[in-house]
Amino acid sequence: MDVTEVLLPGVGVRYEFTTSAGDRLGIVTARSGDVDVVAYTADPDVAVPLFRLTRDEADTVADILGALRIAERFADLTREIPGLGAGQIPVPAGSPFAGRPLGETRARTRTGASIVAIVRNDHVIASPGPGQVMRPGDVLVVIGTHDGIAGVERILRG
Amino acid sequence: MHTSVALLVELGVVLAALSFLGAAARRFGFSPIPLYLLAGLALGPGGVAPVPAAGEFIRTGATIGVVLLLLTLGLEFSVEELSVSLRRHLPSAGVDMVLNAVPGALTGRLLGLDWTGSLALAGITWISSSGIIARLLTDLRRLGNRETPAVLSVLVLEDVATAGFLPLLAVLASGGAWWQAVLGMSLGVAVVVLAFIASRRLRGPLARLLDTADTEQMLLRVLSLTLIVAGVTELLEASAAVGAFLLGLALTGQVADRTRAVIGPLRDLFAAAFFLAVGLSVHPADLVPMLPAALALAAVTGCTKIATGWYAAGRDGAGPQGRLRAGTALITRGEFSLVIASLIGTAGHGSLGPLTAAYVIVLAVAGPVATRLIDRPAAGAATAARARPEQAGGGRG
Repeated sequence: MDVTEVLLPGVGVRYEFTTSAGDRLGIVTARSGDVDVVAYTADPDVAVPLFRLTRDEADTVADILGALRIAERFADLTREIPGLGAGQIPVPAGSPFAGRPLGETRARTRTGASIVAIVRNDHVIASPGPGQVMRPGDVLVVIGTHDGIAGVERILRG
Repeated sequence: MHTSVALLVELGVVLAALSFLGAAARRFGFSPIPLYLLAGLALGPGGVAPVPAAGEFIRTGATIGVVLLLLTLGLEFSVEELSVSLRRHLPSAGVDMVLNAVPGALTGRLLGLDWTGSLALAGITWISSSGIIARLLTDLRRLGNRETPAVLSVLVLEDVATAGFLPLLAVLASGGAWWQAVLGMSLGVAVVVLAFIASRRLRGPLARLLDTADTEQMLLRVLSLTLIVAGVTELLEASAAVGAFLLGLALTGQVADRTRAVIGPLRDLFAAAFFLAVGLSVHPADLVPMLPAALALAAVTGCTKIATGWYAAGRDGAGPQGRLRAGTALITRGEFSLVIASLIGTAGHGSLGPLTAAYVIVLAVAGPVATRLIDRPAAGAATAARARPEQAGGGRG
């Protein structure tokens, strides 16, 4: 994909690209952090505004799209290496580890599977450390053998 | 400490009135600057509601307002943006200067101003309001349009030219000879170049000096450094505004972002004081005889700005409608025309203040209106174009 970068002096940067579906999109990132997403249709000179995001909203969108990427990358990884699997395991509300640090599960020692990310609401905590506290409703992204992933799930259920 | 009841109440009422005016202007998507000017006219001597106690404070605030306006202008710059603008739009900047500064200079001579006054008027008609226009383009959702980079490049190059123009004018206004003025301008240009080099070299030390996590500390450090630099450059007869602008240029990257954030509200307050003070300094009775000249000058320089935008946007390959949008967007004059007029002072140029106030009031309103109106037919087409992909999406789903 060919992304054109257009400098908007004093305002920000505009990125333009054509999607495989043939839509010409523009993303304007202002200095303030606000993001304008526009499309070019009949008149190549005029951008049709699609939506405008504040800095926080843009971060959220980036996290959502990023979460998808992370899951996909793990899926690619597991396809390439036979015997390796990726699983998404929710932390149930009644779990003895809800509200406890990740390290206390000793999941890797006991099952050989690694917790590589925590998906919380709409954002992702990538490579969580052992001190990372889990909350009920979190979804853990786990990489390991299929037995290992099932083992982590059993530990979390208690 | 003696508390002046009159000052507190007058200032409070003035700020409340400004808040009301500003909200009304924003509601209709306009800049509050012309309304602040009119408010200043109404509050000054000869106006409808004089505020003698608050007037003193407003005039002091105005000095700080100019300094902060120029500091934030300098902060907006990046070397990369400037070099891209220079590469693509140096001819546009030339067209801009010739078409818009010349009518101002000629009018100055016709009105009987001396060379310095005429030069000031040339600057007043030349420099568009980057503040109002950048905001207007954002509000009108034109940041994605093809003509927009051309418009912004012209604004950036105007602002750089201001850095050379202000010292020249400052020396002439203080009664210096031509050679002193040229020396002052060369010094200004040299310092801009130095500031650009310094902004690369000094980034570390300046960041260490200014950048702290504590917002209060950051504000105090930035403000004190700015006022000291402004004061010293004023002492060197290069104008406080120029010093503040150069300091703004030297701050880049994260420090610039944080400085913008902490100084923003303060800038808005003192800039409002500056616009009020311009209004205050003009006697409404002096404004009326200047109206015909201001209107004629506004009409001529409105058209020359349209020609400028037409040329600049054409260089970026925009179509006729886009070139008109660019031209009409550039019409707006504002803060820098007023800064130039305030720099020259009133000594011997009595008519310049009222003329500039009237001129800015007219063009700060007419510019945004014109560029909205020019886009009406295209806005209808855009709505139609937006409806189509939605239908296509529905079909796919």
